[in-house]
Amino acid sequence: MGGSFVARRLGQAAITIVAIILINFVLFRLMPGSPERVILRGTPNVTPERIEALRERWGLNDPVFPDQLVAYITSTLTGDLGYSFIARGQTVVDVLAQRIWPTILLFGLGEMVAIALGLALGAYSGWRRGGPIDYLGNSVSLILYSTPYFLLGMGFLLVFASSIKWLPTFGMLTAGRVYGSPFEFLADLGAHLVLPLATVSLGLVGQYAIVMRSSIIETLSEDYVNTARAMGLSEGRILRHHALPNALLPTVTLIAINLGYVIAGAITVEVVFNWPGLGTLTVQALTARDYPVLQGVFLLLSVAVVLANLVADLVYGVLDPRVRT
Amino acid sequence: MTAVRDRELPRQAVPGAPLLEVTDLRTYFSLDGATVRAVDGVSFRLEQGEALGIAGESGCGKTTTALSLVRLLPPNARIEEGSVRLYGIDLVEKSPNALRRYRWREISIVFQGAMNALNPVNTVGDQIAEPIIERLGLDRKAALQRAGELLELVGIPRKRADAFPHELSGGMRQRAMIAMALACDPAIVIGDEPTTALDVMVQAQILELLERLRRDLGLSLILITHDLSVIAETCDRVMVMYAGRVAEEGPVGEVFARPKHPYTQKLLAAFPNIHADRRTLEVIPGSPPDLRDPPPGCRFAPRCQFAMDVCRTDVPPEVTFGDGVRVACHLYPQGSDGVPITTPPDANGTPP
Ligand SMILES: Nc1ncnc2c1ncn2[C@@H]1O[C@H](COP(=O)(O)OP(=O)(O)O)[C@@H](O)[C@H]1O
Ligand SMILES: [Mg+2]
Repeated sequence: MGGSFVARRLGQAAITIVAIILINFVLFRLMPGSPERVILRGTPNVTPERIEALRERWGLNDPVFPDQLVAYITSTLTGDLGYSFIARGQTVVDVLAQRIWPTILLFGLGEMVAIALGLALGAYSGWRRGGPIDYLGNSVSLILYSTPYFLLGMGFLLVFASSIKWLPTFGMLTAGRVYGSPFEFLADLGAHLVLPLATVSLGLVGQYAIVMRSSIIETLSEDYVNTARAMGLSEGRILRHHALPNALLPTVTLIAINLGYVIAGAITVEVVFNWPGLGTLTVQALTARDYPVLQGVFLLLSVAVVLANLVADLVYGVLDPRVRT
Repeated sequence: MTAVRDRELPRQAVPGAPLLEVTDLRTYFSLDGATVRAVDGVSFRLEQGEALGIAGESGCGKTTTALSLVRLLPPNARIEEGSVRLYGIDLVEKSPNALRRYRWREISIVFQGAMNALNPVNTVGDQIAEPIIERLGLDRKAALQRAGELLELVGIPRKRADAFPHELSGGMRQRAMIAMALACDPAIVIGDEPTTALDVMVQAQILELLERLRRDLGLSLILITHDLSVIAETCDRVMVMYAGRVAEEGPVGEVFARPKHPYTQKLLAAFPNIHADRRTLEVIPGSPPDLRDPPPGCRFAPRCQFAMDVCRTDVPPEVTFGDGVRVACHLYPQGSDGVPITTPPDANGTPP
């Protein structure tokens, strides 16, 4: 991979992140309600003098441009995202740090399971096009693809919370439980993880399978695959060495682009299963108008999407020599 | 050049059999419930070291004939009848797995437009080495060594083995494709319009290369092209196909000097003259028949100015004459000795 290719992609990612920071700044200044009202919510006998003092202290009387913007950028870049309105005394960074790991665990694992299953199913279906696995896999994929996350999650809830009570459907750990060993802790976490993880992976697997299937079918009709057949290579070798490496290329892009939707889906899945991640945090912050936390979540998620696309670009560069220039 | 294989015949080879003998080959496609009779009774023979050119308008079944030899056909095609004997071994009878052993080792193909015939994510060196490793069982180091030699043989510097297809020009890619086709030292190399996608200068270079390889390596070659001058320069024999059948076949000198079949005559007249006197080109009026429902007699009859009643009802038998030319035309029945039974009234056409 050429150094200039990597440098260009890094540069693009940096520019995008700057744009995100600016949008984040503007967006929250357009939100309804003023910050002082939110802060003073529920406080009795608020005098205009008190409000004025607050506005002065929080810098809200300074001009938006450049003073507020400069202050915002400086603190963002130094990792100061302010204080949560709700969890008094806690910084936004602290709040995010607590909530990010459950989300990474659930969606990191969910993506991995979906990618492995979806690509394998799609590749096999396309290779054995018209066969029983293809027929079954394609129908299931289409159903899964068209089912929204919350419906899938509610379905699981319905079955597991009311009918069969094999698996926990609420939270990440059993509340108040004391663990005798790390193994007990992991077992409890694992049990809580099953249903949300199944929801996330199943929601994605259909889409990945469908894209991989059509990609492999297209690749199998390429001239170079015909050349490989003419060479008398075995079908397995043709699949592994010629069709798959080429068929993977479009799926890399899809998975990266998809990440935005996955994050949107995270909110619903987490809420359905009360998973203590960034999704539930977003809903809590939204209902409580906790603007600093919301701003922090937005910033974090947008940067995550940008970084995921950067990684996808670099992976694509490794897989496809044509873009490495 | 390192010898990579002893040119030993396959075990089942029939002693004394010709290199390749195709008999009454019929390959049909199913298309929306209809049957496309793309190749409908084609026979020909290729001797060791010989170059056979296959000519004819686009859609007459040249590619299908070539691909039928090693059954590299699309899924909707089937070989309905006929045999393809290589050293006397019938390849049509072989199971897919048994047939695989003959691909590339015995019969390799240079496809049209090497842009897409090469895998975009692999280096050309690796792609040339692949059949050497997979089919001849050499280790990677020896295979890459051999790939380098093959590249030099086709006029590409050895160090370009690390290049990806998109980094090479069209002509270079076609050279690499030829190197690939030679990788297993096959008995027969087929070129299916190997120069069509290239510009004229590069076409000439590639043809020169093929001629040189044929001379130096004693290749047996089947060259498919609609460019008759290429066949005239490169081949020993020419087979003219029309609508899935052989119209005329014979030594290049004979067929080009004294074309017998009216279609061959038209085809030669429709082509910028081989001997470079560029007279106005004739166009063959009409178009080839629909191969889902071809005319019952001679397939060329609807476009033939000499068509007789019998041409519209009976399929003309193939007759071979003393000069080694085989013709399927009612003007040349058995015993006519290559002289047409009625002299064509059209003085403008070359008298047969
Ligand atoms: N996959 C296919 N399905 C149906 N018909 C086909 C297919 N491939 C080729 N044909 C038909 O078979 C005939 C011969 O095609 P082809 O062998 O490609 O001709 P040529 O190489 O001489 O141009 C044509 O009429 C073409 O339309
Ligand atoms: Mg063709």
